[in-house]
Amino acid sequence: MSQTASAEHIVDLAETPLTPESWGKTGMWLFLAGDAMSFGTLLAGYAIIRSISPNWPLPSEVLGIGLTAFMTFLLICSSVSMVTALDAIKNRDSEKFKLYMLLTIGGGIIFLGLQAYEWNHLIHDAGMGLSQNKYGAPLFGTTFFMITGFHGLHVTGGVIYLAAILVSAGKRDYAPNCYNMVENVGLYWHFVDLVWILVFTFLYLL
Amino acid sequence: MATETHDDHKVNYIGIFWWLLALTILEVIAGYPSTSPQYPQALKGFLLVGMAAVKATLVALYFMHLKFDRKALSFIAFIPLVLCVFVVLMTMPDF
Repeated sequence: MSQTASAEHIVDLAETPLTPESWGKTGMWLFLAGDAMSFGTLLAGYAIIRSISPNWPLPSEVLGIGLTAFMTFLLICSSVSMVTALDAIKNRDSEKFKLYMLLTIGGGIIFLGLQAYEWNHLIHDAGMGLSQNKYGAPLFGTTFFMITGFHGLHVTGGVIYLAAILVSAGKRDYAPNCYNMVENVGLYWHFVDLVWILVFTFLYLL
Repeated sequence: MATETHDDHKVNYIGIFWWLLALTILEVIAGYPSTSPQYPQALKGFLLVGMAAVKATLVALYFMHLKFDRKALSFIAFIPLVLCVFVVLMTMPDF
């Protein structure tokens, strides 16, 4: 390898038929597949528990659908800002990249704030807890807090991850693997959005 | 050799956004007790799950770029769906 090439070696060179882009992208997809199993089995467990529990309340009557619909809209918007940020770094537009990454992070923070507000209302005003609630089956609260809490942790991690990539990518001079870094965090963020789409449907609307 | 992997597929992200927004609104209408008409629970479930599946597919294909990436990544992404459906089907006797 020439000195020039080695000096510029800042991208993954391990190309295989499976990973022409980068090992990082394949690794992220493998991680997301495992994480999808975590959420999938949580939701499958929810379905089983709900089907065998008597007096399961209708979630759309006791949970805040309007607020949650707005939260869904917020995550969708943040996904759009994420792909726009990725597009920006592909086109080497630093200012646009930073702006849209900040918008994505802001969307995530607002989502977490709204979820905290929702939890606070359900716990203190509606008396809903992990082991009991006034609406019906005790496991209604358990499953709700477990699933939304697990997702909320993912959003929290995603916000931290986004912030770290924003700082890191903002310092480099558009090295090619900045695109890979941003692409990978984007995959994670879209996954978080995708899971929320399913959680909103199964936990709140059905 | 540096791996220049930035594909040039032009995706209309705003168009996808409008589809996602429209489906979300339809889902809320279908699921919200006061706005949804009285119709069988099975139909409601079918509509809501169907719309959620379409939204998830749009996010996966366009935002996560699976439509333009190698099929190996689609295969990796598809496996959890198969396994989760399997889990639900295998536990159905307990329903």
